[in-house]
Amino acid sequence: MKRIYVNEKWCLGCHLCEYECAFANSGLTDMVKALKGKAIRPNIRVEDGNGVHFAVNCRHCSDPICVHSCIAGALSAEDGTVKIDGEKCVGCFTCVLVCPYGAILPSADGRIAQKCMLCLNNSCGEPNCVKHCINNAIVYEERG
Amino acid sequence: MNMYIQPEYEVVRDKDRCIACRVCERQCANLVHSFDAETGTMRADSGLCVNCHRCVCVCPTHALKIVKSDDTYKINANWDNQTINEVYRQANSGGVLLSSMGNPKDYPVFWDKMLINASQVTNPPIDPLREPMETQLWLGKRTVKIERDANGKLKNTLPPQLKLKVPIMFSAMSYGSISYNAHEALARAAEELGTFYNTGEGGLHKDFYKYGKNTIVQVASGRFGVHKEYLDAAAAIEIKMGQGAKPGIGGHLPGEKISADVSETRMIPQGVDAISPAPHHDIYSIEDLRQLVYSLKEATDYKKPVIVKIAAVHNCAAIASGIARSGADIIAIDGYRGGTGAAPTRIRDNVGIPIELALAQIDERLREEGIRDEVSVVVGGSVRSSADVVKAIALGADACYIGTAALLALGCHLCRSCHTGKCNWGIATQIPELVKRLNPDVGYKRLVNLVTAWNHEIQEMMGGMGINSVEALRGNRLMLRGIGLTDTELSVLGIKYAGESM
Repeated sequence: MKRIYVNEKWCLGCHLCEYECAFANSGLTDMVKALKGKAIRPNIRVEDGNGVHFAVNCRHCSDPICVHSCIAGALSAEDGTVKIDGEKCVGCFTCVLVCPYGAILPSADGRIAQKCMLCLNNSCGEPNCVKHCINNAIVYEERG
Repeated sequence: MNMYIQPEYEVVRDKDRCIACRVCERQCANLVHSFDAETGTMRADSGLCVNCHRCVCVCPTHALKIVKSDDTYKINANWDNQTINEVYRQANSGGVLLSSMGNPKDYPVFWDKMLINASQVTNPPIDPLREPMETQLWLGKRTVKIERDANGKLKNTLPPQLKLKVPIMFSAMSYGSISYNAHEALARAAEELGTFYNTGEGGLHKDFYKYGKNTIVQVASGRFGVHKEYLDAAAAIEIKMGQGAKPGIGGHLPGEKISADVSETRMIPQGVDAISPAPHHDIYSIEDLRQLVYSLKEATDYKKPVIVKIAAVHNCAAIASGIARSGADIIAIDGYRGGTGAAPTRIRDNVGIPIELALAQIDERLREEGIRDEVSVVVGGSVRSSADVVKAIALGADACYIGTAALLALGCHLCRSCHTGKCNWGIATQIPELVKRLNPDVGYKRLVNLVTAWNHEIQEMMGGMGINSVEALRGNRLMLRGIGLTDTELSVLGIKYAGESM
């Protein structure tokens, strides 16, 4: 199963992935139009501290606790991807509480939860954070 | 702060395109960019900018560009802005001006004044995609005595050779002047390409002994990091007598760059300046050089070729003749455009001669004296493209060293600020936060791509000439014609003018 992995050794803490994520999920084709003057709410977050940088997004766990905890049946695991259906989400945010990685967040309007869906839900078709990482710190690959 | 010096370049931000993502700010080690929280906009202080283009490259909306400042002193053909600024800088500091990378001055580039031949009708060109086209070669002495054993079988008396799959090697760049990751990228690329990289005078990091069969180790005047295992690990040993960027002087790696790792590798104290003397204190003649050549051969059991590297200077042909007689297997010549991690500006910009002229004269001299086969000749000092490689081989070189081109492949933008130690591309720095910006997984592939691409082009050009191996192109000066050159330049290069027939 291909997964997103982050190599802390190569993460520079530039935070470019956050903006590429926000752009990918904006539904727009122009980054300036999509992001200028707006506070972004990306599904990937770079944690910084003590000279260490690490981009964190959904691990798409093989036994996802968020899916088990979802009271509305909005979260599901399919072909190794943990997906959220915004139509079904009731905004209880149990998933936000239980995710051990802090990778699920309330959406901008605060009504439903949002999470990384490997850009399968937008026009990118492949994880945009991986595509634009300037130092190959974020990779999407098969590992044993 | 020097109030006299104004920014040479200006950072221009397209406010309509900037999304204030602050990536430029996080990626600039010179602290040019800053975020103004009050207005939510980005700012730039051009006075701190070295024009390395890191911010321009990482900006996701292409909102940045760097332009030459049009601020100018009163126009003066004799005292241009830079000349005046250098006076101000020295009046301010009282010190020697320092520069990095190769001589950027507007001297003639002789590569660009030579044209390559091609076959038409009478001697057909060769298509390298359909027919064999050999770029593999060996460096070392070709002269052997024919000896037979008791049964009359030929004995192998061939002196040690270096086998190159491409006529290109990576030039000497020391660990210290460039980063661990840059060295790893060069080593891995050399291994994959079947060629060699060169440790420079900084010793060989213990992690890189595994790339030994693709490593040339250097013995320079400072003798940093030289010990038995170091010599044993390598495929060849290079004695550095001079460097094209700074002929006649030694080196000086500032203490800030002597990290714990660099200190261990160089076998010198941490944080203390590493000074390479101008001369080797035990070499004042060809006879002395011969002693070092044979000491190194003795130490390594006569199993490794010894290279002697000199800077291209006025008398280099005679010096090369001496080197060929000193027992060295390979002569490396470094032209005045060659790069450096730091050199006094006046030396870099005013000392030495072009590699094209030095190469032509050395090859000619060695042929005249009948000792060309005693040595292979490798040239470096601004070999910028595959065309330069082809021209160098046709002028008489066996192979080329590339340094600047290799660094460009790793991301270098030739901002020429290596001596500040704050390379934003993770190449010429020892600051861990910056070093990690060069991921060797990415870097080594880019180096492999570059050399592979050049090799294809070399094959195409050779095929066009109807030549099917670099061995057959070597010294084939009839394949070159000069353009825009004087009679003296043509005679020094030993080539005819364009339009003159065979």
